[in-house]
Amino acid sequence: MEIVYVYLKKRSEFGKQCNFSDRPADLNIDIPPNPELAAQYVERNPVDMGIQCSVSMSEHEANTERFEMETRGVNHVEGGWPKDVNSLELEQTIRFRKKVEKDENYINAIVQLGSIMEHCIKQNNAIDIYQEYFNDEEEVEVTDEASSAKTINVFRDPQEIKRTATHLSWHPDGNRKLAVAYSCLDFQRAPAGMSHESYIWDLENPNRPEMALKPSSPLVTLEYNPKDSHVILGGCYNGQIACWDTRKGSLVAELSTIEFSHRDPVYGSIWLQSKTGTECFSASTDGQVMWWDIRKISEPTEVVILDITKKEQLENALGAISLEFESTLPTKFMVGTEQGIVISCNRKAKTSAEKIVCTFSGHHGPIYALQRNPFYPKNFLTVGDWTARIWSEDSRESSIMWTKYHMAHLTDGAWSPVRPAVFFTTKTDGTLDIWDFVFKQSDPALSLKVCDEALYCLRVQDNGCLIACGSQQGTTTLLEVSSGLSTVQRNEKNIAFSIFERETRREKILEARQKEMRLKEKGKTEGKDDDQKDKELATNLEEMVAKAEQEFFDIIFTELKKKEAEAMEKKAKPKKQSLEMDEEVEEDNTGEEEGGDEEKSA
Amino acid sequence: MIRKTEVEETLKRIQSHKGVIGTMVVNAEGIPIRTTLDNSTTVQYAGLLHQLTIKAKSTIRDIDPQNDLTFLRIRSKKHEIMVAPDKEYLLIVIQNPCE
Repeated sequence: MEIVYVYLKKRSEFGKQCNFSDRPADLNIDIPPNPELAAQYVERNPVDMGIQCSVSMSEHEANTERFEMETRGVNHVEGGWPKDVNSLELEQTIRFRKKVEKDENYINAIVQLGSIMEHCIKQNNAIDIYQEYFNDEEEVEVTDEASSAKTINVFRDPQEIKRTATHLSWHPDGNRKLAVAYSCLDFQRAPAGMSHESYIWDLENPNRPEMALKPSSPLVTLEYNPKDSHVILGGCYNGQIACWDTRKGSLVAELSTIEFSHRDPVYGSIWLQSKTGTECFSASTDGQVMWWDIRKISEPTEVVILDITKKEQLENALGAISLEFESTLPTKFMVGTEQGIVISCNRKAKTSAEKIVCTFSGHHGPIYALQRNPFYPKNFLTVGDWTARIWSEDSRESSIMWTKYHMAHLTDGAWSPVRPAVFFTTKTDGTLDIWDFVFKQSDPALSLKVCDEALYCLRVQDNGCLIACGSQQGTTTLLEVSSGLSTVQRNEKNIAFSIFERETRREKILEARQKEMRLKEKGKTEGKDDDQKDKELATNLEEMVAKAEQEFFDIIFTELKKKEAEAMEKKAKPKKQSLEMDEEVEEDNTGEEEGGDEEKSA
Repeated sequence: MIRKTEVEETLKRIQSHKGVIGTMVVNAEGIPIRTTLDNSTTVQYAGLLHQLTIKAKSTIRDIDPQNDLTFLRIRSKKHEIMVAPDKEYLLIVIQNPCE
């Protein structure tokens, strides 16, 4: 169909100026679509059509044929002589060389290169550029980092009914395993159905314990034999001693007979240093310390009753809560009691009464931990009631150093095996304190909240880096201490030693002074001189307070005595006066009689 | 002639310095012109150091075309090898710099 639109213009109007005008739109043609034509088409849906106004290009790839290359070298034995020179003939080579040497180029080159070369040679000879200058200076150990500790792993009690983790023991070789004793220490409040099992954990796998130990009664303490790492000693809640061999399985290998065991839970058990490696001893709150040989565990080899009145009466005996034994001092051992007294004993004494050497009292409650300092065994740490105290064997009246009274009870404590001045304590509010008395005496160097429930026990691994602590819900947390707290500082041993010495001396001076004062009280009543020779320490304050209290009571005592004496004097005086008055009365009587007589006569 | 003695003097002086183990002059084809070490060692040094010098030179020129290699020093555990390159010749000195 052809659509035509005709424009008309008169010839006379050609070249005329255009006058544009507006007119409304005019529909010229309207061609409606023809629906019949649609039948010839098929709808395509969707339509993918690129619309771009650009040059269309195509991309091609081609792979060339592989071109193989090979690198080869030739080792020349002889230089590249020119063709006319036969390298084997000496004459010819010499002649060639001489020719080269005569060459002008050669001479210039060599002279120039020679001067550069000489310069460098002289340089080399002048200074050795790789010389070490600061060889003599030692590396200064700057412990800039703040002390810190972080939790590495947490081992939870897999049982439904949670029990307290009461004791921990590290595996003696390599420290890859940890044995944890679980029991419920609340008296007779152990829930029915509580499992008696204790576990050995592998540090790599906190999900499942590596091995379970199945005693007949829950274990309160647990110790690996330091000589034979397969043997484990356990002290039970019912007073028996049990022994396991981890190669044999989880059931008890040896068990002591009930009649001869302790009558209360076994709170302390330690292996002894012996040739056979089978001897151990245990202590319990029934007041007895028993020695055992695990080859014949049915009976103890020896029993000592902790009666400090030395009468060996079980009724008077003090209950033992912790036990201490240092292999470097094999004849001595110490027992911490429920009454707050530490008893130092000698194993080799002839009679049982002489076994008890001396006592140290100072705590108000049970002593939960007792340990000698691994570097200075004369000093030991005790943890009980709300404080931790450090004692010296020489000073028996009181401890030489102590911490302030905390808000929560202290449950366990241990020295660091690598640093002589560092020790750790745990509290019932779930915090672990790390004390460094070379750094700070009044507060712990680091205090960490490990968990929400109370922490019951603590054990430091031999390298001083890892600490395991057990809580009331049976959760054992493994912490790693920063290197500042686990590497020995310069001079630390000497400083710690001098601190111990100084404190011991101070205590001795105070003891001596107290004795003097007691003697003086009997005689005079005087004010005391200020003879404190203490050095600056925060513990000074407490000591001065104690001393002031003592003085105060002494003064009151003397005053009271004075008053009594005066009262006595006063009583004496009125008696005297009454005697005089009697005499006067008698005189009057006689006077009156005389008067009477006179009246009669008149 | 006079120049020739200069060359001799120079080389002798270099050899007499403290710590110098050996001196050699090698041409571009690897022929040792003057050497104080034995032939096989010299040829070995010549071959290897020549390649290294060319590589070093091209490296310097690649980085900056106006630059050129003047000296090459290789310090090893036992001694130091110093190479002074020229268009045609190489002067190689082995020195033990430790005091």
